[in-house]
Amino acid sequence: MNETTRIHLLTPAAHAADDDNASVFALANDADPLDHRDAIANASRVELHFPQFTDGRAYSQAYLIRRRLRFAGDLRATGDVLADQLIQMERTGFSSAVLKEGIELADARRQLERFDTFYQADVVRDAPYRRAAEK
Amino acid sequence: MYRYNEFDKAFVQSRAAQFRDQIERWQDGRLSEDAFRPLRLQNGWYVQRHAPMLRVAVPYGELSSAQLRVLARVAREYDEPEADVYRQALDAQKKLGTVRLPTHHAHFTTRTNVQFNWIPLAKAADVMDLLATVDMHGIQTSGNCIRNISCDERAGVAPDEIADPRPFAEIMRQWTTLHPEFAFLPRKFKIAVTGAREDRAATGWHDVGLRLVHDAEGELGFRVSVGGGMGRTPVIGTVLREFLPWRHIMNYIEAVVRVYNRYGRRDNKYKARIKILVKVEGQRFIDDVEEEFQQIVELDGGPHTIPRSEFDRVSAYFVTPAVAGSGRAPDPQAAAALEAAAAATPQLRRWLARNVAPHRDPSLRIVTLSFKRPLQAPGDASADQLERVADLVDRFSASEARVTHTQNIVLPWVHVDALLPLWEAARDMGLASANVHLLTDMIACPGGDFCALANARSLPIAEAITERYQDLDELEDIGEIDLHISGCINSCGHHHSGHIGVLGVDKDGAEWYQVTLGGSDGSARSGDAQPGRVIGPSFSAHEVPDAIDAVLTTYVSLRTGDGVQRESFIDTVRRVGLDPFKAAANAVRSTAEHAA
Repeated sequence: MNETTRIHLLTPAAHAADDDNASVFALANDADPLDHRDAIANASRVELHFPQFTDGRAYSQAYLIRRRLRFAGDLRATGDVLADQLIQMERTGFSSAVLKEGIELADARRQLERFDTFYQADVVRDAPYRRAAEK
Repeated sequence: MYRYNEFDKAFVQSRAAQFRDQIERWQDGRLSEDAFRPLRLQNGWYVQRHAPMLRVAVPYGELSSAQLRVLARVAREYDEPEADVYRQALDAQKKLGTVRLPTHHAHFTTRTNVQFNWIPLAKAADVMDLLATVDMHGIQTSGNCIRNISCDERAGVAPDEIADPRPFAEIMRQWTTLHPEFAFLPRKFKIAVTGAREDRAATGWHDVGLRLVHDAEGELGFRVSVGGGMGRTPVIGTVLREFLPWRHIMNYIEAVVRVYNRYGRRDNKYKARIKILVKVEGQRFIDDVEEEFQQIVELDGGPHTIPRSEFDRVSAYFVTPAVAGSGRAPDPQAAAALEAAAAATPQLRRWLARNVAPHRDPSLRIVTLSFKRPLQAPGDASADQLERVADLVDRFSASEARVTHTQNIVLPWVHVDALLPLWEAARDMGLASANVHLLTDMIACPGGDFCALANARSLPIAEAITERYQDLDELEDIGEIDLHISGCINSCGHHHSGHIGVLGVDKDGAEWYQVTLGGSDGSARSGDAQPGRVIGPSFSAHEVPDAIDAVLTTYVSLRTGDGVQRESFIDTVRRVGLDPFKAAANAVRSTAEHAA
């Protein structure tokens, strides 16, 4: 994944209107992505659902889909998607997120710019000490 | 100890700025109460019985004197409630019998963090900025995430150490901090690590317990146990790996936490800890973790494998400080002065035996400042005391201190020549109780005087026991004993692991206390980690000291051996079982007040 790629933020309306030619596969929150390899491989967009923002299962699903299954299409967060968790979504491999109704885009964008870098490796980037070693 | 570099400093400042932004959005309504709650919790801010509570992280228990001074400043300048809040708190607690609610204090917790009980939420952002000036924060001291990592209070200085666990603890701190995948786990997640033969970190009681070991080839690695925990269902961790090469520890913990994040229960918070998953799934859980670990390493490329260069970089922070006087031979004059003073002063003699421990450097000692004394709650420190402890730490311990999980402070770098002046200074501050590992060196949570979760108050029980057992001869005769008091089943006071455990329970709105015997934290003197067992129906608050007294009298009458061979309390309980203790404790019940 390109380091400069940022998560694409959508309003619910934009998401609803987003009925392009995408073949969408929505994975249930409690499903194992590895049981759905083919469906994921054949989809151009996979949607993962947050029933509540405090339910963190979709972060692990995203990691597995992006890193383990090397899914290259659009990975979208739906459900209870708030401003303060977007950076976690981006770091676990989500490429788009549908903001919950009422979340201000400016508040959401600001949270993405908060930290220059993080301690640990994630789906997007290696840990800083590894990047330093490669220089 | 670890020193923050520019990256670490910028990171904590960004976190403080982020929290300020979140508070502002919460205050103007852009962030709902429900959306804000987990964010403030993951910054260490609770809303407690009377006021907000701040829990500041002390990674693996290490504190500098500069940090102690800022904690003192937070206590002095910010730990003060608004007048009406304080009046309401006093009125509410007076109905229970509490007459003293100290302000301008800090409290050392059983997970080696520091808490403040009275800081108004309106000042939260300012306090976080102030803490950030000395590299401190409240990141992940609460919430359903990986919490502060606890460690051996004698890490890096203990003579029985296989390897210093602090470089690993620091690498783990970094890896766990704002881990994107694991901020919303089913429940909290606690890691403890030790590098010594003696387990002073209660590793068996943690979600992940790590012990540094050598394999047959002399390679360094970890013995990994998973699924320990207290609470409603006390469980000792299951050993998943007898040996895991150290470079893989983060990959392995990622596998453990990922399996937990995916399959841990989220429908019932009392069954949501990883211990339940391990218990219910058994071998299937272990197989899942091993398979996930293998895939992390083989398919994902081992993204968290620790390179030797990174280990060396972090380890360089944990060298012996030059100012410690390490290796300097004892001064004969200082030795003579200490000997003469000890001969003339029983308290000093006892303190040297109880609170001073051998160091890996024969010219140094590890000294415990006891925060267990009359008139102050276990682990409580006033602003002035913190300030004066900082001075002691500068003067006697290379500017470094440790918070212990038994709620004391340890000075890890004390030269033998300095023991007498250190004792004199500590005595003048009231921090020289010669009671380490004795009955009055008890663990107690803040309980129903402060905590919103508590069913009963802990501190009046702690106070009553402290007052009753002030005779050091009597305490020494009773010998080493772990008394642990929790105000509710969440077990912050570690009652399950106490040789004597006291648990506050609520019966029809009244405070009652269950007493357990035979628990162990897993240290050599306590035996294999195990939960204590209840000795019958609950006691009322005023019966508890009598019940404990009866238990101790029974022990003294039943123990075998003399002198150093004398059987300890925990050994006697294990040998004779609960019945004699149960009978003795039952006899002190005042039946009129006894609830079924």
